[in-house]
Amino acid sequence: MKFAVVVFPGSNCDVDMYHAIADELGEDVEYVWHDAESLDEFDAILLPGGFSYGDYLRSGAIARFSNVMKAIKKAADEGKPILGVCNGFQILLEAGLLPGAMRRNDTLTFICRPVKLRVENNATMFTSQYERGEIITIPIAHGEGNYYCDENTLHQLIANNQIVFRYEGENPNGSLQNIAGIVNEKGNVLGMMPHPERAVHELLGGADGLKLFQSIVTYWRDAHVVTT
Amino acid sequence: MSLLLEPSPAMIKEQKLYREMGLTDEEFAMVERILGRLPNYTETGIFSVMWSEHCSYKNSKPILKKFPTEGKHVLQGPGEGAGIVDIGDGLAVAFKIESHNHPSAIEPYQGAATGVGGIIRDVFSMGARPIALLNSLRFGELTSPRVKYLFERVVAGIAGYGNCVGIPTVGGEVQFDAAYEGNPLVNAMCVGLIRHEDIQKGIAAGVGNTVMYVGAKTGRDGIHGATFASEELTEQSEQKRPAVQVGDPFMEKLLLEACLEVIHSDALVGMQDMGAAGLTSSSAEMASKAGSGIELNLDLVPQRETGMTPYEMMLSESQERMLLVVKKGREQEMIDVFAKYGLEAKAIGRVTGDHMLRLYHRGEVVAEIPVDALAKDAPVYYKPSKEPAYYREFQTMEYVPAIHNYEETLLGLLAQPTIASKQWVYEQYDYMVRTNTVVAPGSDAAVLRIRGTNKALAMTTDCNSRYVYLNPEVGGKIAIAEAARNIVCSGAQPLAVTDCLNFGNPEKPEIFWQLEKAVEGMSEACRVLETPVISGNVSLYNETNGEAIYPTPIVGMVGVVEHISHITTQTFKQPSDLIYVIGEAKQEFGGSELQKWLTGRIFGKAPTIDLHVEATRQRQLLTAIREGVVASAHDVSEGGLAVALAECLIDAQGLGARVTISGDVVSELFSETQSRFVVSVKKEHQQSFERLVQAVCIGEVTNDGTLHVTSGDTCLVHIPVETMRNVWKGAIPCLLKSKD
Repeated sequence: MKFAVVVFPGSNCDVDMYHAIADELGEDVEYVWHDAESLDEFDAILLPGGFSYGDYLRSGAIARFSNVMKAIKKAADEGKPILGVCNGFQILLEAGLLPGAMRRNDTLTFICRPVKLRVENNATMFTSQYERGEIITIPIAHGEGNYYCDENTLHQLIANNQIVFRYEGENPNGSLQNIAGIVNEKGNVLGMMPHPERAVHELLGGADGLKLFQSIVTYWRDAHVVTT
Repeated sequence: MSLLLEPSPAMIKEQKLYREMGLTDEEFAMVERILGRLPNYTETGIFSVMWSEHCSYKNSKPILKKFPTEGKHVLQGPGEGAGIVDIGDGLAVAFKIESHNHPSAIEPYQGAATGVGGIIRDVFSMGARPIALLNSLRFGELTSPRVKYLFERVVAGIAGYGNCVGIPTVGGEVQFDAAYEGNPLVNAMCVGLIRHEDIQKGIAAGVGNTVMYVGAKTGRDGIHGATFASEELTEQSEQKRPAVQVGDPFMEKLLLEACLEVIHSDALVGMQDMGAAGLTSSSAEMASKAGSGIELNLDLVPQRETGMTPYEMMLSESQERMLLVVKKGREQEMIDVFAKYGLEAKAIGRVTGDHMLRLYHRGEVVAEIPVDALAKDAPVYYKPSKEPAYYREFQTMEYVPAIHNYEETLLGLLAQPTIASKQWVYEQYDYMVRTNTVVAPGSDAAVLRIRGTNKALAMTTDCNSRYVYLNPEVGGKIAIAEAARNIVCSGAQPLAVTDCLNFGNPEKPEIFWQLEKAVEGMSEACRVLETPVISGNVSLYNETNGEAIYPTPIVGMVGVVEHISHITTQTFKQPSDLIYVIGEAKQEFGGSELQKWLTGRIFGKAPTIDLHVEATRQRQLLTAIREGVVASAHDVSEGGLAVALAECLIDAQGLGARVTISGDVVSELFSETQSRFVVSVKKEHQQSFERLVQAVCIGEVTNDGTLHVTSGDTCLVHIPVETMRNVWKGAIPCLLKSKD
């Protein structure tokens, strides 16, 4: 299986994402520069955190116009797994691949710390290796992670079981209904503010994020079983 | 000011206009002698910034020579963007600390942000990949609205810049004292990793080679920033706000990636940040170091604004700019790399052989100055030094606090902002990005693994300026020793030092004496602990309306952890581990947190230190850590043993400690005697530990979540860890919220 890590000029968690896949999962992974035309050779697309184009405007507002977005939309339509973490999530929102928007944290400060998450939906290609209701610890690091959407959208998210992660206990940023991560209706595009790629090794304080990447690999293997 | 309005050379001399730029009458006369004529406006500006303390170190140079700068690991000592030390495996670590105090005093967000930006460029200009940021901050008491504003905005500025560039801010220190009320300190340190073969230098070598400009365009911001940094703050300083630059961390990120790509090209000859004094210092210094000259055509300098004069272009401190020297004919290779990042690399001049800095503008020569006069031959002053009256008086004063309630005292100390948790600060910094941070902020030193090896780096910034104020020489020794202590506690061998000397006005003999003595003390400690000084920065004139800050020589130190299994933290690990103290307490309360809290001021004698005892204890502890017989290690610093024990417990889930002390109880608990450590050891390692380390067992870790201290039959302290944690964690957020 082959992963793409999309690199915008201001991405800075690209290296973390790359090493999580290469070192901890042992899968193929390549960096793809933001001007790429095609992502056809990849089986899963990862949008890392960072400040894509400086994000002096709304986070991700400029990245949605970058060249690679056409290829990302195509991959999304084809049903490939697409994971946007932090700035990657913000970009997916701005690009309309996920519903809703981000506001500044209600503290009005950037917040970096490990937080507890509840796995609300383990029936996705990103979460199959977790138990439903499992509490995991994953770090956050963002200034704009206060998720918001209108009431209709929220009803749909709930009705379709699109809320994948919620903050457990304390809500660090004021997000609506403690939402930390959502998938699209089809279930192949996940956006989340916490950084699973930062939680893949005990040396770094925990490995609860590993199962997310393992879920993607499991999904892909199951879909590509060669029957002889 | 437009070109037409610029004063003539004669006017500059007659009306003594050079004084406004910071040149003295004698210095102006020197300029006249060097040039053999009167300088024009642009040249006067160039001399004044290059001869400012900030750029020339003219007042501190004789003192800085005292520092030991050589050692077996040192690959690059002071004088370049950053110092470099070898860590084996073909790898080296580059680091430096720098101040941005004055800008932060009047524009805290941008002042702090651009301080971070500058130090990052210093490190990647060496060819090193920046892997970590640290800082050292000083503010007035957190009770005044102005101080709260400065504190909040400085932290936000550091966060805003570092987080965006994507370099983790992993450590630092923050202290509060009225001495910094009008003149906060913002020192930023950057640590980079480099392969030996990639080391670059800021040199303009090879006559005929091309000088290229990369990064942000030049604007009118930051003009005379270096001069502003070299004078005292007054009520009029607010008007210097335009001398503060504005940062663009996204540009920095692009510049960083592009510069780290071009270092692999043999077309690159030299590279330097356009930091203080911008285009002037980078060009003059690069030429002076290479023994060459440099010629620039200012019409080619990318400009953000129209109608900029040579004076403005040369003195602008616009951020995120680098100067490159490239082999002639190979400019296109550079242009292509920078284009990938959306940046323009522009040829603006060439290296010459005549040792002159020559500037062209609209077809005319607008400045012509010998480069050495601006760089290595800048004036040097040997200032008079005088022992201050306060110092002599302090030597005769004794102070022993009267303590009746040990529990209240301990909780009160934990709530002092200087001791209290800095979580409110470091949670605003992305301290994990690039996923190498093994020990996050909050322990003695931050530790980062080095991917692809079994090694790690430990790093810290330290300085207790109260001790330095009481006794600069001893305080200087302590600053180095404490930094090394923190490095050792994390399981690392201290390697080298970068320092930022924040002092008052050196023209006052008493201030110069503080500087001289502090550096002597630091130098001796560096020699004994074998940690040479490889880079640094001097920030003088830290005074507001004539009042100097405490002398504050911040020490940044980096150490190497030989194997990641040696990484140690301060937190107790499991019940029934034995608790040891290394070093005995003396009755030393001068400059202590307790004295400050109880009397509202500091006075008397600084704690004493024996550097050889310090070295022995550090060596023993590190050996024990490497042997795997130490569960946790923490140094005893502000607040003494009681606070150290509390800190060992605060992050230990559900654990407590039962400790028995003897002797003078107040000193045992709260004295700030130096060279002491609290260590926990598994019972099975008791014998091996005691064989390696001279220490006294004072008790053991429990599972009752309570700190229990007794002396004889008397219970001195019995406090739930939960209570201590709440007080310690709540103090700073609580002060920030209170409206008074």
